[in-house]
Amino acid sequence: MAHTIETETCYHCGQDVAGHDFQNDGKLFCCQGCQSVYELLQSNQLCSYYAFNTAPGKNRRSGESAAYLSDEKIAARLLDYQDEKQSKVTLFIPGIHCSSCIWLLEGLHRLDAGILHARTDFLKREIKITFNHHRTSLKKIIDLLESVGYPPLVNLQDVVKENNQKTDDKLIRKIAFAGFCMGNVMLFSFPEYFGLSPFEGNLKIMFSYLNLALSFAVVFYCGRDFFTSALAGIRQKQVNLDTPLALIILTLFLRTVFEIITATGPGFADTLTGLIFLLLMGRYTRQRSYRHLSFNRDYRSYFPLAVTTLSGDEENVKAVSDLQTGDRIRIRSGELVPADAVLLTGEAFLDMSFVTGESAPVQRAAGAVVYAGSRQTAGPIELEIVKPVQLSYLMSLWNDARLPSGKMARSFNDRIAAAFSIVVVVLAACSGIFWYAAGDAGRAWAALTAVIIVACPCVLALSTPFTLSAVLAVFDKHGFYLKSTDTAEQLAKCSEVVFDKTGTLTTGRGQKLSFSQPLTAAETGWISALAACSLHPVSRYLHSHIPAGKKTEVTAYKEVPGMGISGTVNGHEVAIGNTAWVFGTDATQQSDQTQILIDGIYKGGFRFSPDWRADISSLTNALKNGRGLHVLSGDTSRDQQELQKLLPAGTVMRFQASPHDKQDYIAALQQRGKKVMMLGDGLNDAGALRQSDFGIAVTEDVNSFSPGCHAIIRAEALDRLPQFIRLAADASRIIRMSFVISSLYNCVGLYFALQGTLYPLVAAVLMPLSTLTIIIFTSLAVRICARKLGLSI
Amino acid sequence: MNILYFLVGCSLLMAVIFLLAFFWASKTGQHEDTCTPAIRILLDDDLKKTDEDQV
Repeated sequence: MAHTIETETCYHCGQDVAGHDFQNDGKLFCCQGCQSVYELLQSNQLCSYYAFNTAPGKNRRSGESAAYLSDEKIAARLLDYQDEKQSKVTLFIPGIHCSSCIWLLEGLHRLDAGILHARTDFLKREIKITFNHHRTSLKKIIDLLESVGYPPLVNLQDVVKENNQKTDDKLIRKIAFAGFCMGNVMLFSFPEYFGLSPFEGNLKIMFSYLNLALSFAVVFYCGRDFFTSALAGIRQKQVNLDTPLALIILTLFLRTVFEIITATGPGFADTLTGLIFLLLMGRYTRQRSYRHLSFNRDYRSYFPLAVTTLSGDEENVKAVSDLQTGDRIRIRSGELVPADAVLLTGEAFLDMSFVTGESAPVQRAAGAVVYAGSRQTAGPIELEIVKPVQLSYLMSLWNDARLPSGKMARSFNDRIAAAFSIVVVVLAACSGIFWYAAGDAGRAWAALTAVIIVACPCVLALSTPFTLSAVLAVFDKHGFYLKSTDTAEQLAKCSEVVFDKTGTLTTGRGQKLSFSQPLTAAETGWISALAACSLHPVSRYLHSHIPAGKKTEVTAYKEVPGMGISGTVNGHEVAIGNTAWVFGTDATQQSDQTQILIDGIYKGGFRFSPDWRADISSLTNALKNGRGLHVLSGDTSRDQQELQKLLPAGTVMRFQASPHDKQDYIAALQQRGKKVMMLGDGLNDAGALRQSDFGIAVTEDVNSFSPGCHAIIRAEALDRLPQFIRLAADASRIIRMSFVISSLYNCVGLYFALQGTLYPLVAAVLMPLSTLTIIIFTSLAVRICARKLGLSI
Repeated sequence: MNILYFLVGCSLLMAVIFLLAFFWASKTGQHEDTCTPAIRILLDDDLKKTDEDQV
């Protein structure tokens, strides 16, 4: 019975369709899931979903049940807000990917009358839903989202809420206010500069006092942070960049107040407001961050919100954070064990890659201790908790006190600010004393303040954020996302590069399956169907890598542990196993592949090999340049030889490294005074990423979960890492060069200041002019450097 | 030239109004999501009707 295999695509998700098993209205679907989404949308006249994009849906994998949400206490934790009439919730939906998604999700009220309002955020892949909790429930909404193919991801760490804390709102308001004042002050200063006739004296007084009032507001509202930060620095006996800035703001302000009240001059109100405005802009640029990426995820992002607990024969749900020693829990296939526990019943085939880094599943017998973070790959098991979640083995990675995380080397800026302040103060004092000794007390006061005003390290405060933010923009274009501009300075300094193996050097898809002889789709389907019967890790891999054909029936199934499996699939005899088992002889020649026999005919073998990323050889060779390379893997050393061929000589390799080993390894390197860069992808690297001086999480999809780190890199951008590092090194050179340029401007200003003849107009022109020069210089220089490295914008 | 006092007052008042408008916009979250509204505006609400017309 041979049927032709059609290669048409699913109307809903766009995947290839084999056969006509699922169709409706003359439209083909690849599976029941896609068809049911279509039917649901069609019955609600929501089919314009398909009009915006072709095949906008996503193939639905078996969704986890949201049963725990019927527990009100757990559901309440997810809510942002609740009152008598309505509730608000924000959910993270990784499946949002096109305009049809937005259209459908924002029209959810057409499917559930209890939903009042839904708003999506495309970049963050979030949806904010306002609903009437008397007419619907959170569980119903999540079930609905799942049934239309957009299952939300709910985890123990509520990244959604943590990210929503607004931080830069205040800063933006301050910038707006400073900009408003600056514009008006400039306008009010023009008459003075153009000259007013004597009978317009009243106007002059009015403009002066308006300027004074506006600059008062700017200094004490917008500029307050500089004073608090400078005071905090002085208390810790450290001079930071804000110390000279606060000194200058204060000097400018006091001199302006003095000149206006005594009517001796126009004051420096325009320079003052302009300075604060630009400084705040610099701050804003430095704080620039990616609102749709999260760099602070920890183990909780990987853990479920609740688990099934057993008391007697009764099943309940309990929030994971409330689990206590002695609780009995049930874990189904594909679920994570949330806390260290003892296995009571069931067959445990655990994927321990979070815990040990080893990717092949291991079998555990009843009575064994199962660590938190293990994923069950076979049927349901029952466990008894021995330690609460926070005290589990894996969590100790986060509770380690010795971590130096957050401790940054003092940046170039802070170091130079100290020297700068001393020079300015000495110079100002000298000029003051000189004019005082010359008998011109008025001029002494003028020179003293003018030197401080002119020596403004404003450019210093701006060149770093502007340069680094231009660098970040280049990185951003090429799939490399830094947590903050401050981290960019660290990037160029690393002398050791440590790689994780699985997911970093290999692709995240795990192992690559290769057959030694080509097989037909039907044959691989039979093999997969046979493998589905076995719990052996190789069988499970095999089954997950090739889809089973439809309507397969396995009879006469036989499994010999350590040898192979056989059975009759759809009337064909299929046997998979090692050479001796398949050929029925004690064949002496060893083969590293698993052999296949179908209906007595030898069909070659298959093997799994790591799916190495295409360019790791060129990448590591480029990184090798003056740096030490290391590979840390949780796996066994089975791939060592292949790795040695791919990586440059002298690469240090460690296998069977647990997450703690990785962290210790990096700490040991750091103790030898090395700066360590770590590249990893999973939870098992999280400790090492945090320990390292520069942790990079490698990911296929930036919106998927990556462990806490300094930077996130797209997998396809990995080969450009050497160029990124060189650009970061160029950036510190650009910052130093801009410092030289700004010094030239300072010298011009000093020429007037030392003579005590600094007219406000000169200061008002010099400051913005130097700032403008620096902004243009840094952004152009970064672009040129980037282009030289082949990173065009 | 006394008109200047009035004009300066007017210009300041205008500027304050714009400043407050900016504060209001930032408070209501209009600067938070700059991506989705650009897509949303392209989606027609009554596409449904044209669908039915065709059927």
